[in-house]
Amino acid sequence: MKQNIVQFILIYIFSIITLLFLSIIVNFVSISIFLSEAVFSYENIFIFVFTNSIIFFFLKKIFVNKFAELLFIIFSIFLSYIFIFNFSLNISNLIIFITTILIFNYLIMSYFDKKTFNKFFFEQSFLKFLKTTGLIFFSFIIIFPFYLMFVSSLKSQMTLMQYPTNLSIPFTFSISDFFSSYIAVITEYNFLTFALNSTIVSFVTVLISLLFSIPGAYAVARLRFKGRTQLSSSILLVYMVPAIVLVIPLYVIFSQLGFRNSLFSLMIVYPATTIPVALYMFQGYFKGIPYELEEAGLIDGCSRISVILKITLPLSIPAILSVSLYVFMIAWNEFLFAFMFLDNQEYFTLPRGLYTQLDDQEVPRQYLMAGSVMITLPVLFLFFLFERYLVGGLTAGSVKG
Amino acid sequence: MQKINKESRLAYTMLIPTISIVFLIILFPIFGNFWLSFKEVKLGDLRPPQPIVKEKVITKNIEIGSEVIIEYRFRNSSQKKPIFNIMLSDIIPQGLEPIQIIEECEVVKNKFHCYFEKWEPKFNKRVKFKFLAKDDFDSNQFDPKKSKPNSSADADNILTNFKFSLKNFQKIFKKVETLENIKVTFIYSFFATLGAIFLGICAALLLEKKFFGKGLFRGLFLFPFVSPVIAVAFTWVYILDPFKGFLNNYLIDNSIINEPIFFLGIKKVSFFGLDFPFTLFIVILFESWRYFPLAFLFILARLQSIPKDLYEASEIDGASKIQQFFYVTLPQLIGVISLLFILRFIWNFNKFEDIFLLTGGNAGTRTLTVQVYDEAFALTNMGTASAVAVIIFILLGIFVFIHNKVTPKDIEE
Repeated sequence: MKQNIVQFILIYIFSIITLLFLSIIVNFVSISIFLSEAVFSYENIFIFVFTNSIIFFFLKKIFVNKFAELLFIIFSIFLSYIFIFNFSLNISNLIIFITTILIFNYLIMSYFDKKTFNKFFFEQSFLKFLKTTGLIFFSFIIIFPFYLMFVSSLKSQMTLMQYPTNLSIPFTFSISDFFSSYIAVITEYNFLTFALNSTIVSFVTVLISLLFSIPGAYAVARLRFKGRTQLSSSILLVYMVPAIVLVIPLYVIFSQLGFRNSLFSLMIVYPATTIPVALYMFQGYFKGIPYELEEAGLIDGCSRISVILKITLPLSIPAILSVSLYVFMIAWNEFLFAFMFLDNQEYFTLPRGLYTQLDDQEVPRQYLMAGSVMITLPVLFLFFLFERYLVGGLTAGSVKG
Repeated sequence: MQKINKESRLAYTMLIPTISIVFLIILFPIFGNFWLSFKEVKLGDLRPPQPIVKEKVITKNIEIGSEVIIEYRFRNSSQKKPIFNIMLSDIIPQGLEPIQIIEECEVVKNKFHCYFEKWEPKFNKRVKFKFLAKDDFDSNQFDPKKSKPNSSADADNILTNFKFSLKNFQKIFKKVETLENIKVTFIYSFFATLGAIFLGICAALLLEKKFFGKGLFRGLFLFPFVSPVIAVAFTWVYILDPFKGFLNNYLIDNSIINEPIFFLGIKKVSFFGLDFPFTLFIVILFESWRYFPLAFLFILARLQSIPKDLYEASEIDGASKIQQFFYVTLPQLIGVISLLFILRFIWNFNKFEDIFLLTGGNAGTRTLTVQVYDEAFALTNMGTASAVAVIIFILLGIFVFIHNKVTPKDIEE
């Protein structure tokens, strides 16, 4: 019994921490996004959790599991009602309050999920606690910067300066007002040209990478030739060569040859850096295709080339898709080479343009954020559309950072 | 036997494009980097010295039969180096007949050619050519600028000659900064890798079991990694800005701090008598945030392939969940974690953009890669920049060697 009480108290402390965590985020959201007052005051949380969990504990001792949960929910709503009564919340905060409490009750029920207190009871509730708080924590640290980027891009200069902590979306009825920073970035800072350049370079990079790496990968995966093992083990070595080691000599060579300041220079450097990993990914995939299929084609009188075109390639469409996406992403996001090679505005890619045009203390921050959103959005859009393939590409090609 | 021959020939043809582009854009520049590191090349030396010729008509009103003076200005573009074997040629405008020409030049048909043996550095000379306007001269069409003088010359190109010196390396190692930078690079790579792997393990454990909305969380967790570095770096710079930024204003509004903190501009903080590199720490946090998704993906894949009967067996033996984690899960993950560690370490070691965009290498965060950039474009010294790049390359070679020793041959993935 004594041990049970200690465990109970500990779990009770976890519940408080979870609720604190939840309420911090709820308060944060309500203050900054809905611009209302704080929903929770922190002193009340302790009283609330205390009464709530004591009641839950006794209900659990008296009734069967399901019935106890039902009673508990009814009771906690009743309890919240008393609280609301005392602290006079407005309607929107009331809704937020009740939802949070319900979520909290669901969590606390899952913490106390065992019928009896046994040896692992405490540990299991602890792990559940860690899991929920962990998920909340990770989601928060990931969503927050992206949300801030997005919201800041919609603000006017004045609201940004006056209320830097205000995170509400400034809804207006006129679309040109709402997207004013985007319009400014496109009209004043040439972002459409940059976007076009980025698109061209990325697509050409994907195309060249595929054209070069597919035959190479097939040769490494299927054909017997001298130096095959050395070749397949050195592919990854080539991939570890840092861009910064290449950039100085390439700068010198391209300057001498006179095509440094052009999109063409990027179109040969990007594929060269992505081909090794594309080749590595493809040869892994090709090895997984049963050789009997190709053998059947060969016996039927197809040549190697037509076997590749008619049997291997149609079977590896998922790999082609994931390699293309991965290469596209690298080319789209690339900054270093574009930064070093390009001087003329007309050739700038998006990252290069964003760096020179908008990263300036003179330029309002909302423009910088609007530019950032414009770079990020296509990538995230592709990512959501083809998540499964991209994840495959990432795991296979993640040697690269 | 013949079949194998045919096959290998096909294989080589299929590999030629890949091998040639890798050779041209990766292996040759590596060689070029070593080459440059032994030469004292400045950014300005990239343009070889050239002869520059400009022409100017001096006579104002040209009439038929009158004398026309055209002034040519010859100049050596370099301030330091001579050029040799200069050949010049220009078309004589329609209707003009040369009368007086310097001795180095001769007239061939409607052109004149000049040859000079050597122009000294800073060579700058004006010469006057006299012409006679003949009957068919048309002052309306007269435009000597229409035909630009051609010129060619040999110059000693520092990039291709065979003079080598160790001065770049001497310069680099004389700087106190370099050793400091190496130290910073190691600290940065090590802790950023550690942080990313730690967060990755946590995230993977959170999503190990199936639950409602798991796919959504998995997609969300990859956001920092797939987004362009420039966008996320600028967003974080904006959040951490001492005056306009969200974080400082939020902390001040809630009276947690009284004065703004320069998150990206504090080199050292005294912490119980120890110097704590504050901004480096912030950069490491950013790096962990940005790269944990990768560790997360790897570890999640490995976690899900751990055989379930291991857990069942340990459960029967009475192990708790935490014990299971330490005695079953972690030993199964060790392989993938060590592989991830060395790979991420190498890539963090190579990283340039992240630090460059966050701090520009200031406040004690100058890594070797940022130093390469600074040497090349801030100090305009390509030679020393290449020397630093060579140091990076050599250190990297050591890591790759270790990587090959550590990785078991069968789990290359």
